[in-house]
Amino acid sequence: MLSDKDRIFTNLYGFLDRGLAGAQARGDWSNTRELLAKGRDWIIEEMKGSGLRGRGGAGFPTGLKWSFMPKQEAPGRPHYLVINADEGEPGTCKDRDIIRNDPHKLVEGALLASFAMGSHCCYLYIRGEFYREAQALQAAIDEAYAAGLIGRNACGSGWDFDFYIHRGAGAYICGEETALINSIEGRKGQPRLKPPFPAGVGLWGCPTTVNNVESIAVTPEILRRGGAWFAALGRPKNSGIKVFCISGHVNNPCNVEEEMGIPLRELIERHAGGVRGGWDNLLAVIPGGSSVPVLPKEICDHVLMDFDSLRDVRSGLGTAAVIVMDKSTDIVRAIARLSRFYTHESCGQCTPCREGTGWMWRMMERMVTGDADLAEIDVLEEVSRQIEGHTICALGDAAAWPVQGLIRHFRPELERRIKQRQSVRVAAQAA
Amino acid sequence: MPKLTIDGIEIEVEPGTTVLQAAEQLGIEIPRFCYHERLSIAGNCRMCLVEVAPGPPKPVASCAMPTADGMIVKTDSPMVRKARKGVMEFILINHPLDCPTCDQGGECDLQDQAMLYGCDRGRFHEEKRGVQDKDFGPLIKNFMTRCILCTRCVRFATEVCGVPDVGAIGRGEHTEITTYLDRALASELSGNLVDLCPVGALTNKPYAFSARSWELRRTESIDVLDAMGCNIRIDTRGSQVMRVLPRVNEDVNEEWISDKSRHACDGLLRQRLDTPYVRRDGQLRPASWAEAFAAIAGRVKGLPGGRIAAIAGDQADCESMVALKDLMTALGSDNLECRQDGARVDPSVRASYLFNSTLAGIEAADALLIIGANPRWEAPVLNARIRKRYLTGKLKTGVVGPRIHLTYRYDHLGEGPAALKEVAAGRHPFFEVMKHAQRPMLILGMGALTRADGGVVLGEACKLAYAAGLIKPDWNGFNVLHTAAARVGGLDLGFVPGRGRGLADLLADAGTGAIEVVYLLGADEMDMTRLGKAFVIYQGHHGDAGAQRADVVLPGAAYTEKDATYVNTEGRVQNTRMATFPPGEAREDWKIVRALSEVLGHRLPFDTLAQVRSRLVQVNPVFAGGEVTHAAWGAFGESGTLDPAPFLSPIQNFYMTDPISRASATMAECTRVFIMAREAQGTGTHG
Repeated sequence: MLSDKDRIFTNLYGFLDRGLAGAQARGDWSNTRELLAKGRDWIIEEMKGSGLRGRGGAGFPTGLKWSFMPKQEAPGRPHYLVINADEGEPGTCKDRDIIRNDPHKLVEGALLASFAMGSHCCYLYIRGEFYREAQALQAAIDEAYAAGLIGRNACGSGWDFDFYIHRGAGAYICGEETALINSIEGRKGQPRLKPPFPAGVGLWGCPTTVNNVESIAVTPEILRRGGAWFAALGRPKNSGIKVFCISGHVNNPCNVEEEMGIPLRELIERHAGGVRGGWDNLLAVIPGGSSVPVLPKEICDHVLMDFDSLRDVRSGLGTAAVIVMDKSTDIVRAIARLSRFYTHESCGQCTPCREGTGWMWRMMERMVTGDADLAEIDVLEEVSRQIEGHTICALGDAAAWPVQGLIRHFRPELERRIKQRQSVRVAAQAA
Repeated sequence: MPKLTIDGIEIEVEPGTTVLQAAEQLGIEIPRFCYHERLSIAGNCRMCLVEVAPGPPKPVASCAMPTADGMIVKTDSPMVRKARKGVMEFILINHPLDCPTCDQGGECDLQDQAMLYGCDRGRFHEEKRGVQDKDFGPLIKNFMTRCILCTRCVRFATEVCGVPDVGAIGRGEHTEITTYLDRALASELSGNLVDLCPVGALTNKPYAFSARSWELRRTESIDVLDAMGCNIRIDTRGSQVMRVLPRVNEDVNEEWISDKSRHACDGLLRQRLDTPYVRRDGQLRPASWAEAFAAIAGRVKGLPGGRIAAIAGDQADCESMVALKDLMTALGSDNLECRQDGARVDPSVRASYLFNSTLAGIEAADALLIIGANPRWEAPVLNARIRKRYLTGKLKTGVVGPRIHLTYRYDHLGEGPAALKEVAAGRHPFFEVMKHAQRPMLILGMGALTRADGGVVLGEACKLAYAAGLIKPDWNGFNVLHTAAARVGGLDLGFVPGRGRGLADLLADAGTGAIEVVYLLGADEMDMTRLGKAFVIYQGHHGDAGAQRADVVLPGAAYTEKDATYVNTEGRVQNTRMATFPPGEAREDWKIVRALSEVLGHRLPFDTLAQVRSRLVQVNPVFAGGEVTHAAWGAFGESGTLDPAPFLSPIQNFYMTDPISRASATMAECTRVFIMAREAQGTGTHG
C-alpha cells in the first residue's frame, strides 16, 4: 500500500487547484532549473536508475529509450519529443486525469525529458475526444509560458523549449507511436515499418522519442527525489508507482495511484470497494486494458499487478486498466465486442490484421450464440496465432490476445454453447 | 560491408541492402506481393516473412529488414512456412475464386504463390467482402474485389507517374483502392499499373477476355512510336498482335513503357495497306506488285536524278533507308530527306543530334534545362527518369517553353528563344546553376528545332553548352530529344539532301515542278499539299496522309512485322523482330526497294538481311552495334536572328502521333477521355 508521502499525482482527483499556483504549492516547478543544471547525462542516468518502464503498455525502460537518441544534433535534423496522449485503449483513463488535473507535472516533465534528449520542441498528440483535457493542458502551457518556465530560456536554464498540442481525430491506431508520427505529419494514421526506429528516423525524418503521458509526468518527481527512491518502490524490475484504472463490476470504479506489484485482489478490494456481490462473485478480470488476455478468478486470487507477474500468467500489465467482470457477464460476448473493436480500428495496411481481425470477430459472434462447430474453436485459436507477431505494429497482437485468453480459460463455456445450440437444432428437426 | 548467412550460405552485401535483396543475390526467391524493386517499400503484404536471428522470436518482413553483420536468416524454416501459409490464407479469404474468368490467370503472382503456400480447402465460412469497381479510365479494367491491397499501384502513380490520383481510402477491411473522385488516371504511364498489379484487380482493358497468356507467342522487340527505343515484348496469337509489354532494359526504359507504346497495337489491324495500289482516273485501285512497279518505272525511267526526291518518315527502318538511299544515288539523285518535320539538326556533327548524356545519364545529372520540349508527351518514360532523379532532390530543372505540368518542379525561364538567349549569354540566374553543377545537361526538343529559325536555336544551345560547361572530358550534357524513331538512324545514314539543302527546298522544288517524282518512305506527317503536282510513290503500312496523296502505293511492314534496325535518340542501335507476317501482299520494306531497283535497272547488290546490315556498317560503323559510343563534339548551329514566337511542342495529342496510333480505336478513346475532355473543361459549369 502506497503511503501518502510517496504519492506523485497529488491532484489526480482534481480536488485541488490545477493551475500553476496550485501546482507550485504541491512542489511542481520548485527546482527545475537546478535539475536542468545537472545535465543531460545525469537525468538519463537517474531515469535508468529509477527502473521506470514505459507506462503506455509495452513496458520498455524509459531511461534506456532516451539514451537511444543521438548525443549531438546533426545539422538540419532537430530532435523531437512526442508525448502520446492518444489514450484509446478501452478501460484506460489515467492520462485523461493526469492531463485534466495535474497538467503541470506533464509540462515540467516534457521540459526535463526534452532537455535530456537534446530536443527543443515537444509535440503532444492528444486524442480528439479529450476536448476539455486539451483545454486544461493548453491553459497550463500558457501559464508556464507566461511564467517563463518554458519557451525561450526555460526556467532561466538557457534551454529553449516549445510545447505544442496536436489534436487527433479519434483513431485508436494513432496511439501506435509511428502511426502517431504519421498523423502529426498530416499523413494517414498508419504505422511505419521498424526499423528504422523513431530514435533514428521519426517525426519529419528526424530523431524522435515517443513517450506516454504518465511516463513523462512522473519524471520531475523521480528526478527530484532521486531514481533510487522510485526504484525502492514496487518489485525489482517492476519498480515504482503506477496509476491503475479500475472499471467494470466493482462497487467504486476509480483511478488510483498504487505501488507496482500490489496484489490484484487487494487493489480491487481496497480502492474500488470490492467486486459487486463479493469476491466470490468474480468471473474474470482483464488486468491491463482490452488488449491483454483475460484472467479467470483462480488466477486473480493471488496474482500481483506488475509487468513480470502478469506476463508469467500469460497476460500483461498493459496500461494497468483493470476491467472487472462478475458472474453476470457473458464473457464470450464481452470478448466478441473487443474483437469488433479491433476489426473497426485496424488500419488496413497489412494483410494479417486487416483480414484476420474481421474473420475473428465474425467467428466470435457465432461463438456467442454457439452457431459454430466444435472444431472452429481451434480454427479461431489458429487464426489468432496467424495474426499475432506477423503484423507491422502491435495491433495484430492486441486483437489476438483477448481471443486467445478466452479460449485458454473459457473453452468449456464455448463448447457448452456450441453443444447446446446443436442439441436445440436436433430437437427442432426431430419435432 | 555486412556479412550474413542466408539458408546456410554466407554472403557479403552492400550496406543498406535488405534481406530480400540479399537473398535474391543468392538466387533464393522470397515470395512477395507488395515489394517491387522500383517502388518504395511498403512491407504490408507480409508474404516475404523470414526468420532472422538474432532478434525477437517472430518472423520479420524481409523486404523491409536491413541486413546486419552476423545475421542468420532462414527463408524456408517451419516457422517461415507456417507464417506464409497464414498470410496466404488471409489474402485468399476475401479473394474471389474466379481464376477461370480472370485475365490475370496464368500469369498471376497470387495464383503461383497459392500453389506453393495455399491450403487445399478453405476454413473461412463467413461472407466474402465485395468492393465496387472504380473508374481507372479507358486503359485499365478493374475488378476491385480481387484487390489484395498491396498498394503497388498507389506507389507507382505517386512516385513514378507523379500523378497522385490513386490512393487507398477507408480503413481496416473497408480499405479500398480508388482513383481520385473516380476520375480516370491521367498519366501517360498508367498502363504499367497493369503489369505491377500482382493479381487480377487491374487488367488491360482493351485486351480484356481476348486471349489467355499461355496461348501467346512472345517476340522480343523494340518500340518505335517514340524515339526512346523502349524494349518491348510483343505477344501474338496467330497473325494478330494481342498486346505489347515492356521488357527490362536498365539503360533505356527500366521496365516501363508509355500507354501509346502499349495500347496502340490495335491500330496494327486497321487501315492497313495489304495490296499495292495504282492511281487510275484519279482513284487508287488495287494492283499487283508488277503493275505497281511498272507504273513507277514508266514515270521514273529516263528522268534525270535531280528531278526525283525521297523522304523517309518517322518509323522508317535503317535497312529500307539505306536501300532507298543507294537506289536514289544510283538514279543520280541527292534529294534525300529524313527530317519530314523540317528539324534543323546538323547531320555533319553526330553529337549535335544525339542525346549524348544517355538516358541512364539523367540519373547522374544535377542541373537540367529543357528547351522547347515536352518530355512528358514526347518521351514519357524519359520523363519518368527525370522525375526519378528529381525525387532524390539532387536535380534542378529549368524550362524554356510552354508552362506545362511535367510531374516535377521546375523554374520556368520563359516561353521562347529570348529566354534561351539570356541563359546562353550568362545573364540569367539559371546559367549559374548550370555552371556550378557537376553534371549539367540540356534537352533540346523538336519544338525548338522544327522552327524556321531552328538552326539559330541550335547555335544558341551549342553556345550555352560551351559557356555553361556542359561538355566535360567524361560528360556531354548536350541532348537532343527526338520524337521520331527513324530520325537518328536516318541522320547516321546520311539520308539528307546534298548541297546544304533542306526539306523546305525539296518541297519548294516539288511545288514548282522542278522535282517530278517524290518517294515517301512511310512519310505521313507533312503537309501533302506542298508536293504540288509531283508523282508520289508511297511505301508504308497504313492508309494515312501519304497513301491518300500517292499515285502508287507499295504496302510495307509495320515495326512488329519486320526484322529491322532503329537507332534511338541516344544513338543506341537496336533491332525489332518479326512477330507476325505483314498482311496480304505487304512485304518487308527493304525487300520492296530491292525489288523495285531491279525493275528500274539499278539492281541493288544485296539479297539477304545480313547483306543489307553489312551495307549499313559500311555506310556508318555505328551500325556494328554494341554499347552506345560517345560521339565526337564539334561546333554546329547557325547564327542569325531569332523569331520571338514561343516554343511549341510538336505533339498536340500524345495519343495520336503516327499512322499506327491514329488507326487505333484505343488511342481514339484515350483522346476522347484525356484530350478532348480536358479541352472541353474550363467553363466552370461543365458536368
